[in-house]
Amino acid sequence: MTAFRRKHLLGLEGLTRPELQHLLDTALSMRELLRQDVKKSSALRGRAVINLFFENSTRTRMSFEVAAKVLSADAYNVSASGSSAQKGETLVDTARNLDAMRPDIIVVRHWASGAAEMVARHTRAAVVNAGDGQHEHPTQGLLDALTLTERLGSLEGRRITIVGDVLHSRVARSNAFALSTLGAHVTFCGPPTLLPPSLAQLGVRLTHSLREAVSDADAVMMLRIQNERMDGAFLPGAREYSRTFGLGLRQMEWLRPDAVVLHPGPVNRGVELSPEVADGPRAVILPQVENGVAVRMAVLSLLAGHDPAQAAQEVA
Amino acid sequence: MTAASRFAIVGARVIDPDSGLDGERTVVVDAGRIVALETPGPLSADLPVVEARGQWLLPGFVDLHVHLREPGEEHKETIATGARSGAAGGFTTLVAMPNTKPVIDTAALVQFVLKKSAEAGYARVLPSAAITRGQKGESLAEFVELAEAGAVCFTDDGRPVANAGVMRRALEYSLLVGKPVMVHEEEPALSGGCMHEGDVSVRLGLKGIPGAAEDVMVHRDIALARLTGAHLHVAHISTAESVRAVREARARGIHVTAEATPHHFALTHEAVRGYDTHAKMSPPLREEEDRLAVLEGLADGTIDAIATDHAPHAVVDKEVDFDHAANGIVGLETALSLTLEAVRSGALPLHRALAALTSAPAGLFGLPYGRIAVGAAADLVLVDPAREWTFDVRRSYSKSRNSPFDGRRFTGQVMRTFVDGRQVHAVEG
Repeated sequence: MTAFRRKHLLGLEGLTRPELQHLLDTALSMRELLRQDVKKSSALRGRAVINLFFENSTRTRMSFEVAAKVLSADAYNVSASGSSAQKGETLVDTARNLDAMRPDIIVVRHWASGAAEMVARHTRAAVVNAGDGQHEHPTQGLLDALTLTERLGSLEGRRITIVGDVLHSRVARSNAFALSTLGAHVTFCGPPTLLPPSLAQLGVRLTHSLREAVSDADAVMMLRIQNERMDGAFLPGAREYSRTFGLGLRQMEWLRPDAVVLHPGPVNRGVELSPEVADGPRAVILPQVENGVAVRMAVLSLLAGHDPAQAAQEVA
Repeated sequence: MTAASRFAIVGARVIDPDSGLDGERTVVVDAGRIVALETPGPLSADLPVVEARGQWLLPGFVDLHVHLREPGEEHKETIATGARSGAAGGFTTLVAMPNTKPVIDTAALVQFVLKKSAEAGYARVLPSAAITRGQKGESLAEFVELAEAGAVCFTDDGRPVANAGVMRRALEYSLLVGKPVMVHEEEPALSGGCMHEGDVSVRLGLKGIPGAAEDVMVHRDIALARLTGAHLHVAHISTAESVRAVREARARGIHVTAEATPHHFALTHEAVRGYDTHAKMSPPLREEEDRLAVLEGLADGTIDAIATDHAPHAVVDKEVDFDHAANGIVGLETALSLTLEAVRSGALPLHRALAALTSAPAGLFGLPYGRIAVGAAADLVLVDPAREWTFDVRRSYSKSRNSPFDGRRFTGQVMRTFVDGRQVHAVEG
């Protein structure tokens, strides 16, 4: 049987297909638990999970917190807003101090790329990257992969297009790694200022044409475009962006009838997605959120050394 | 024996890149000067002897570019600890950058550096002074008074001179004192990242600085050097395009010189993988193509000098996220060994490499050092070219520990260093 035996989850780059598959299978069984009336397992009883968030994030933090609590772990939320450097404590200091409190798992969200890896180097705890700067957001990549496999079945040979600010997107990177490893063909689409040619090294197709990018896709993932990109430096403005790279009812006609639309949230309604599309029948945005909790339960459980599949086998 | 003011070094292969001398000689030192270069044989007088068979005797190295942090950041380095670290690396002359706190932009501060250097008594530290007051890039510093006080060049290193008009006037005004203007070439509008922009930055999700940020400034300043006829010295050149531009400018007779750091010819942006903040510098580590172009530029003399850009930082400045980590590494104690690695790889002829550490940088700044000749200052280094050693940064003489070369195995080590005939470093054991 295939197990997930890594110490940390810092990114999806380098994970093997069996490892990814095992994470997704585990998440599916976790989702069953989540859907029960009594949402509680004692799997991680007595385990301490610290959610160390240097960046505001209601959804991701909440999702990790729910995941930990359903599994009976003790979850502690640390909001370290502002720069650790400005406060005079280095990130390494923070990591060492938290480590001294003997947590089993530290979940790190940080605005700097590489922050989770740095924390991992200085703690004994398992570290989960909950998004580091513009690098990776592995649990988001996993929840997207889970959502897609549910809608599409196997991802082998499937075409998945990611549209928007790919350059600054940790979601796009994690998805590219996971989806390609699972056999999908990934396309990145965006304006040249947000889609440097060197992104092709991730094994993806690059295009500046939304129509070309979406017309053969089985799924289209629209990335959130930050307002700060639309101040004239990267893009002339929201209006032109929406006209050129936004998905509205008119552009939806370019998609295959069975293609689905994803978004990592929160959606800028009227910019990358029109409200009709965001709330329409083709969007799978809320299932993504539910899968997010399931995936995080799977990750916490496996990193804590509790593999439900293995446990079931031993019982049998 | 080496406390004696008159002594002889015997048995060494003496290499003097300036004169082309390469062979066994007995070098006699008296009162801080080289007084005789004798062919091997019985000593002409009864002298204390330094036995150096199997070793190379080289002119003491000259580093045009070090940050010694004093005044203002003595927790990172002092002139004394930096000069001691330099001695351990074979350097006998160091040019200290003026981006201290306060910035070296007055005669009193220039004299302060010279006084601290004399008190320390290790490698000789020569001050450079700011191009603009406070390195603010606005108004010119007092070049004449600063040069009279002992500044050997003018530089706002650490930051570029963003305004082309200010740069033009600085080059023009430098003609009055005949000193080079050293430039940190980086267009601010293209910068703002924390590593080289390329495949690795895209993969790591780190904001990149394109090679073009350096290229456009090198092209601008070559045009201004041509306009003014002044001596432009490009610090820590790092891109293939910049090397090409300097080569072409020199061929056209424009007075442009350049230096390169060992890390820019030993490492590429691949070293940043894993977010090692010891691989963060300005200019950033570039691509393999750039690394090879720097070596080629050093080999053909387009790049005159090897300079370390020794940049000590405290642990707290490096143990932070990559975006906020300080730029730079300590470099004095690994420079020779990294240079010898490049020589062994075949990329750099030995004599050119040694010239780039000695006579070439001394010549650029008009310094009477970097050569072995009768009458010259007895600034000398003994190197064991075959000795294997491991660099342990915790044992460095620098106050700081920020090196990506910690634990690296090297072949070729500095065994002893003499400044003005005084032994200032010897390998223990």
